[in-house]
Amino acid sequence: MEIPYTVSERPDTGLNNVKLGIWLFLASEVMLFGGLFSSYVLLRLGAVDWPLGSDILNVPIGAFNTVVLISSSITMVMCYAALKMNDFPKYKLYMGLTIGLALTFLAVKTYEYVEKFSHGDLPSQSTYLAIYFTLTGLHGIHILGGVVVNGYFLGPGTAMWKTQPERFINRIEAAGLYWHFVDLVWIFLFPVLYLL
Amino acid sequence: MSDSAEETKKHIKTYWTIGAALMVLTLVTVAISYVEFAVPLTITVALIIAATKGSLVMTYFMHLIGERKGIHATLLLTAFFFLVLMFLPLLSHTDRIGEYMTLPNANTATADVQHEVDGH
Repeated sequence: MEIPYTVSERPDTGLNNVKLGIWLFLASEVMLFGGLFSSYVLLRLGAVDWPLGSDILNVPIGAFNTVVLISSSITMVMCYAALKMNDFPKYKLYMGLTIGLALTFLAVKTYEYVEKFSHGDLPSQSTYLAIYFTLTGLHGIHILGGVVVNGYFLGPGTAMWKTQPERFINRIEAAGLYWHFVDLVWIFLFPVLYLL
Repeated sequence: MSDSAEETKKHIKTYWTIGAALMVLTLVTVAISYVEFAVPLTITVALIIAATKGSLVMTYFMHLIGERKGIHATLLLTAFFFLVLMFLPLLSHTDRIGEYMTLPNANTATADVQHEVDGH
């Protein structure tokens, strides 16, 4: 069955289904992370004593990971721009870089987790660590999901570029919107967990 | 977005500029965290910088600047419910159900009754 309005705009919404679909999905994601941020506020306001993030976590490592993720957002938007310029080799280069940066982020996060676990800093130790592992764990799963999707668009998914280039560009735009959202969440997670 | 190659070239410059601004703001966030401010001020400054970075990502990388009304309306609704979620913890601070409450009048009344019992 052919999915309608993947390239052309629906007359009632004025949008193609890809774009409306990804934005509705992102709206649900805002509520998912919003619920957890709200829990963080509740736990922090209710706590007698709340530790300073920088006393528990490594700020330079967190800042490095922020730079890595922002860089991946730049390379992701350049993927879209390269396709718009009809420059497929450049698209592949930028997509490869995006995936590489995402894997770097995950590797650094894994190092941080191992470091914490080796010192006995587990989610059960404190409310702060519990919300830290919940928020960063959920965010890490989102990064992993992005790597899988972007990996598909670097490998087998590229076949569509030859047959339906407009539709492929729309797919990359949707994947990019998801990726920028994941970056956006980290932009708030970093100061909230590491610095405050 | 359906841009020509010329427009896309202009956008590429903007993407790099925004990327550089995001890097600088990240450094500013980290630098400010080392300055000894009062906690509420530190939280406010850090969140203002994060919100600035977030709006740059949304406006330029997510192309909200040239997006259709339908998307803006969806996001407005999302933002409203997000704010509701953020203010939910305040309910726990104003909620007094189950807490022992001492009313001044009730105390006075109790003291008067006790006085009467003792005196007479």
